[in-house]
Amino acid sequence: MDFFDRFAVPHPSFLIYASMVAIGLTVIAVLVGITYFKKWDYLWREWLTTVDHKRIGIMYLISALLMLFRGGVDAIMLRAQLAIPDNKLLESQHYNEVFSTHGVVMILFMAMPFIMFFFNFVVPLQIGARDVAFPRLNAISFWLFFMGAMLFNISFVIGGSPDAGWTSYFPLAGNDFSTSVGSNYYMIAIQIAGIGTLMTGINFITTIFKMRAPGMKLMQMPMFTWSALISNLIIVFAFPVLTVLLAMGTMDRLFDTKFFAIGDGGSDMLWANLFWVWGHPEVYILILPAFGLFSEIISTFARRNLYGYKSMVASMVVISAFSFFVWAHHFFTMGQGALANSFFSITTMAIAVPTGVKIFNWLFTLWKGKIEFTTPMLYAMHFLPLFTLGGVTGVMLAMSAADYQYHNTMFLVAHFHNVIIPGVVYAMLGGLTYYWPKMFGFMLNERIGKWTVWLMSIGFVLAFIPMYITGLDGQARRMYTYSEATGFGPLNMVAFIGAGIMAISFALLVYNIYYSVRYSPRNIGNDPWNARTLEWATHTPVPEYNFAVMPQVKSTEAFWDAKKNGHEIFKGKIEKIHMPNSSGLPFIMSCIFFVFGFSMIFSIWPLAIISLLGILGCLVYRSFEKDHGHYIPVEEIEETETKLRGAK
Amino acid sequence: MKLKWALLAMIFTVAAVLSGCEPLLVLDPKGPQAKVQADDIMLSIWIMSGIVIVVFAILVFVLVKYRASKQSADYEPPHIEGNMFVEAICIGVPIIIVIFLSVMSVKSNYEVEATPKGYEGQEPLVIYASSSNWKWHFSYPEEGIETVNYVNIPANRPLEFKLYSFGPITSFWIPQLGGQKYAMGDMVTTLHLAAYEPGELMGRNANFSGEGFAENTFDVEAMSQADFDKWVKEVHDTAKPLTEEKFNDLLEPGHLGRSTYTGTHLEFSPAPEHHHDSADSDKVSEEGNHHHESSDSLKEEDHSHHH
Repeated sequence: MDFFDRFAVPHPSFLIYASMVAIGLTVIAVLVGITYFKKWDYLWREWLTTVDHKRIGIMYLISALLMLFRGGVDAIMLRAQLAIPDNKLLESQHYNEVFSTHGVVMILFMAMPFIMFFFNFVVPLQIGARDVAFPRLNAISFWLFFMGAMLFNISFVIGGSPDAGWTSYFPLAGNDFSTSVGSNYYMIAIQIAGIGTLMTGINFITTIFKMRAPGMKLMQMPMFTWSALISNLIIVFAFPVLTVLLAMGTMDRLFDTKFFAIGDGGSDMLWANLFWVWGHPEVYILILPAFGLFSEIISTFARRNLYGYKSMVASMVVISAFSFFVWAHHFFTMGQGALANSFFSITTMAIAVPTGVKIFNWLFTLWKGKIEFTTPMLYAMHFLPLFTLGGVTGVMLAMSAADYQYHNTMFLVAHFHNVIIPGVVYAMLGGLTYYWPKMFGFMLNERIGKWTVWLMSIGFVLAFIPMYITGLDGQARRMYTYSEATGFGPLNMVAFIGAGIMAISFALLVYNIYYSVRYSPRNIGNDPWNARTLEWATHTPVPEYNFAVMPQVKSTEAFWDAKKNGHEIFKGKIEKIHMPNSSGLPFIMSCIFFVFGFSMIFSIWPLAIISLLGILGCLVYRSFEKDHGHYIPVEEIEETETKLRGAK
Repeated sequence: MKLKWALLAMIFTVAAVLSGCEPLLVLDPKGPQAKVQADDIMLSIWIMSGIVIVVFAILVFVLVKYRASKQSADYEPPHIEGNMFVEAICIGVPIIIVIFLSVMSVKSNYEVEATPKGYEGQEPLVIYASSSNWKWHFSYPEEGIETVNYVNIPANRPLEFKLYSFGPITSFWIPQLGGQKYAMGDMVTTLHLAAYEPGELMGRNANFSGEGFAENTFDVEAMSQADFDKWVKEVHDTAKPLTEEKFNDLLEPGHLGRSTYTGTHLEFSPAPEHHHDSADSDKVSEEGNHHHESSDSLKEEDHSHHH
């Protein structure tokens, strides 16, 4: 029985058993459903083996929405537990696991795949490319991310979830204080997903540098592509730190090395430093693409070109450079002294300058525009004031002496949700609404969409503004309960109500998708928003090869010039198109990675060795495989083009 | 529009509730360091409010003036690349604000990392505060006493808390006396505090440290020097000595009430002090620091024999 004991959840509760049953039933239902409708072949051929950036993008999107749900349920549980003083809904250990997974899921398995979805779906279309530079690597990136996410998610029913916070500081996350396999899940699941992310970084940098349409200079790229380029550059610089950090953490936990141990030459402070050397750039990896999406949306619906294109690009470059020089502001209170704190305090405040430039440029883009309040625009218009609020509280936190009072309190929690939700989440949902018609050929309902935005913002304000106040009143973060005497009760109740309203808003988004699938008109053409960039110049739905003829670009807004100034984008005649072949290898190899990860987490060494050999086998197979892709003949392209033109 | 008003109404309600309550802990300082921090916080709130108002005003203005429904159908927005002058203002003004705040920040950094202003002339009371899961141990080496989960301090005298941990990283925080600092297993950090007047205060660990974190609090009582001396004498008269065996029991994970001992655990289980600890803040705060450093490094050599 010893062998099986390790798979038991350390602190079982009714909620966990209920989730086990629910997960079991869902899996069975999905498998039976696919079999019943005879969709296995379709699934394998069109999705599991695809290397098409648009389909990979959509798979990222589905994963992100599922994880948003998972992370959201965590959030509701946390707020419910804190809604009243001395609440008994969750016990301490369970609460600790829930906030740890909430953080990891939302940052790494929700926000990251959401931006990956936009990179994948939008970037190649925006630069007029037919796919990414390394399509098969792209599939590996997705499947590694997916397997990492799934591995992380099974933790709460098999063996127990991480319980040391999303920052997983040692020695708390070490074997002495974290005895379940939870932190093993953290180290290994994130590692697997992280390798995928690093490959995405390499892939998209190459794609953007090498595969732009003829004539498109760097300073003519649409702003989202610029943000994607810079974000991926940060990925390539920051993620190796995470890889090394997690490898060291894994060794400390599994092989008893002493990297982060107290004494024996180890240092717990090393973990905190390395974590934030990756962790701070990570938040810019998320926020820059969000800025890019808002730039596209604001420019489209203000019916104007983006104000200050050059300073927009420059400010992102400055932000990306500075993002590597501010990490210690996450622990001003570690005792590094006034000099070090002063340095990091100043660099942190300095980031407010380029960020401010962006805010003002968006405001000036609206100036003299012809503003239409569509749903994506509404997200952007709620983003501007709310994000400004989050930004200025960030400047307050950057004042290191004062930070001794904000640190580890709800004030900090309020701040980072105040930048991540209006910043990243609004961009993701606004961008989703904006690109939905390009993906699926129909619009999301505008009326429901606007309700979603308003409810989201009302819920947001109610949920997070009170935290600024309770933080200043001494409420530390990550406390699973508090006494009535503290007086935190009423404002935490308000926050719980706010979280509930945000949940309703999310439900409305899901309902909107259902409603629009059923009732939305299908004859919307290629350019339903009257947009400005290349992705709207091709057909809807986008054909496999994206553009039958390579587009010619002369300005930052090629498609707008074509519509208004008679610029001709598609010159020349149709020729045969070279496309990559589908491959099952990325999926299979990632499945083996899953098994490898699982056996590492539970220290099942024979299986770990066998699966590692399997991974190596896949790599060797790929090295000797001869795959030159295939050509789509001219007749087939012409046939598709005629059909799509008719569909308009 | 209705929703907008509802939103505004709610914000005002929150503000009204707030102003009706007692002052927030952090903004109700009872010591010079907390005062420095509260002043910084209030100042930054005012400056930031100014920025927020400017951004909101511009936003409302453009949204009202340039919305499509207010314009003729054939209005075609102009193509504007950008304007050097406007952009220079958008960069220049924030830079001035950031420079101002940086100066403030640096100045306060050196203040909170030194003996509190106005207390420089007095000999600081040194208290070692160490955490174990999920308790605080306070050792008074000069007085030769040790307490668990409560700390008595003389008011109007500088305090030097020497912080370290027997377990996960914790953070020592008495909000009304000053901001927090980490207590860690492999080094000692120093937190400089002082209390204006006698009174009871809340202290806690602010850094998540596992299952018992929420209840990881301690009581602080500031008293006059005379009362403090009286208390120390009383402890010597009534409390039992702290033995190594007893201390090891205290370290076991769990929650304990308050207790008091004579002697300190530092005698048999010294703090992990290194000579480079908080070196830079000490240099600013004290003259004759070299003496301290050399004695510390001697101590460190001693410790290495223990390992």
